[in-house]
Amino acid sequence: MSPILDINNLYKSYGTTEILKDINVSIEPGDFLVLVGPSGCGKSTLLNCIAGLEPISGGAISIGGKDMTHVSPKDRDIAMVFQSYALYPTMTVAKNITFGMKVRGVDQATQDKKLAQVAAQLQIEPLLNRRPGQLSGGQRQRVAMGRALVRDPKLFLFDEPLSNLDAKLRVEMRTEIKALHQNLGASMVYVTHDQIEAMTLATKIVVMKGGVIQQIGSPAEIYNRPANLFVADFMGSPAMNLIPAKAHRADEGTRIEITRKSGEPIVLTDTKNRDLPEDVILGVRPEDIADPDLRGSESTQAAECLIDIVEPAGADTFAVMQLGGKHVTARLHAETTAKPGQPKRLSFDLGKVSYFAPETGLRLN
Amino acid sequence: MTDLSMSQATGQNRTGKIILRWVLYLALGLFALFYLMPLFVMITTSLKSLDEIRTGDLIALPRDVTFDAWRTAWSGACTGIQCEGVRPYFWNSILIAIPAVAISTLLGAMNGYVVAQWRFRGANIIFSLMLFGCFIPFQVVLLPMARTLGIIGIAGTIPGLIFVHVIYGLGFTTLFFRNYYVSIPSELTKAAKVDGAGFFRIFWSIFLPLSLPIIVVTVIWQFTQIWNDFLFGVSFSQAGTQPVTVALNNIVNSTTGVKEYNVDMAAAIIAALPTLFVYVVAGKYFIRGLTAGSVKG
Repeated sequence: MSPILDINNLYKSYGTTEILKDINVSIEPGDFLVLVGPSGCGKSTLLNCIAGLEPISGGAISIGGKDMTHVSPKDRDIAMVFQSYALYPTMTVAKNITFGMKVRGVDQATQDKKLAQVAAQLQIEPLLNRRPGQLSGGQRQRVAMGRALVRDPKLFLFDEPLSNLDAKLRVEMRTEIKALHQNLGASMVYVTHDQIEAMTLATKIVVMKGGVIQQIGSPAEIYNRPANLFVADFMGSPAMNLIPAKAHRADEGTRIEITRKSGEPIVLTDTKNRDLPEDVILGVRPEDIADPDLRGSESTQAAECLIDIVEPAGADTFAVMQLGGKHVTARLHAETTAKPGQPKRLSFDLGKVSYFAPETGLRLN
Repeated sequence: MTDLSMSQATGQNRTGKIILRWVLYLALGLFALFYLMPLFVMITTSLKSLDEIRTGDLIALPRDVTFDAWRTAWSGACTGIQCEGVRPYFWNSILIAIPAVAISTLLGAMNGYVVAQWRFRGANIIFSLMLFGCFIPFQVVLLPMARTLGIIGIAGTIPGLIFVHVIYGLGFTTLFFRNYYVSIPSELTKAAKVDGAGFFRIFWSIFLPLSLPIIVVTVIWQFTQIWNDFLFGVSFSQAGTQPVTVALNNIVNSTTGVKEYNVDMAAAIIAALPTLFVYVVAGKYFIRGLTAGSVKG
């Protein structure tokens, strides 16, 4: 199948400032692509470029197999949902949704039919005669989605659509967007700075920083095999522990030595990864440092650690300690015996560990 | 104990507040009186006969109310050699003001929309230049404008005066609309573009319906400016196309013999009525429009 969206060598600059550098992304029909990164990384600009709302400085964009690089937004067969919803304030909800069809000269009967369809789908029938000012944030969000859905486009674009909602509503709408994607089988591009949103929604994630793509992959790939220190640190909550360590070759594999403020260094043995340089940064997810009784696989090894802080979070308890001069977080179970200021035996699972080069920040294994 | 002393304190406080309030009202009342005095004198004088004006007190109420002066001012007073009152000139002013206000407001809205929402290279420079146009003194443009009107062939005509007022008003109307539209999120324009609407469609369907408060402000501002204008009116008109302000001046200055104060006063009030009317009708929108900020969608 040909890609629904194909971006090749895209550059974007304002004057001499390069906002986007050599962007190459392509998605298949039905994909949910999430562009994620800290603010100012160029993700929204990239979305505006895809929509045709911002001219690009170089490269090409094709949508549905057609070159759209110089086509105006209305002819790109896209629909877009904005962060501020951008509902037309003087029009009723119904008029907001049908405005696009009216502009395009769709006949009244079709307009009414599609409006009814979308209103039923999003359960906004009682709101159709209200104005945006009379709606709550969540309702406006639905109307904005309705305006996009009614277009039935090749590609949906979402620009941080949930960031203006409160926490509870955000989770609800997130699930709803996911359900919508599954039911429609539509192709979507979604911009967010929230890595949890990215992980939960995406079939494919693009992590960006400073206008450069850091990594493209499935949520699992991004989470388990981050390409560099930035991605490792950005994706996941709590963040991946990045611990400076020394690697030594040994008969059974690689010996990883982590210094501690007091006492002996922790020595772990990695049987899978060999040929590491001496100085590495060890990346371990908090859930891979756990209570010893939970894990028993061959890649786990136990070590005694001094717990500094214990943070119960309901389902889990997080324990923070000092290893290799860094704060390291472990995800323990809720009824853990860990107490602040006391040593506790923890098991380290090196099965999914990442190694990074300290100078370049790039992944080593 | 503490309760008691506190209630005493609040009691004193309250008395103090009431006194302060009355002092405030008194001061405001005096100011209002001072401001209303000229209007009072004008109205009472216009309702008196000439005899009564000569013999009576300036601030006394009229003994016999007569509308003769108003009748004369409207249709009989002499401006130079003609004695038709202010009526024909009043209509001239309306024929000048209404199209000039409408055109300058509409063009200002369009300009403001472009400068605020369709950013193009040099938009800021163009806007600064238009803003600069607001501060060019009237006198500076008189000669070039006279020449321009001559070349176009509308010198001394009502369309000529409309043209002058539209040009001179554009700086202000653009400024008003630009500042209003700048507070409207640009995502609104983007959404409409994705929906397929073009430049004019977005303006008519989305921006103009949002603009009532600023339209009212602009209309009041422009109407007052154009109606009260004297310099352009006297410079670019000829007999028959003069606005009411020029006619008023002629009535007051060209009377020979007895000075008809009552007619002068009546004519002045007639000339001022339309702006007064606009303020009364749309005044509350004026305040609202000036303070209205962003439009929450």
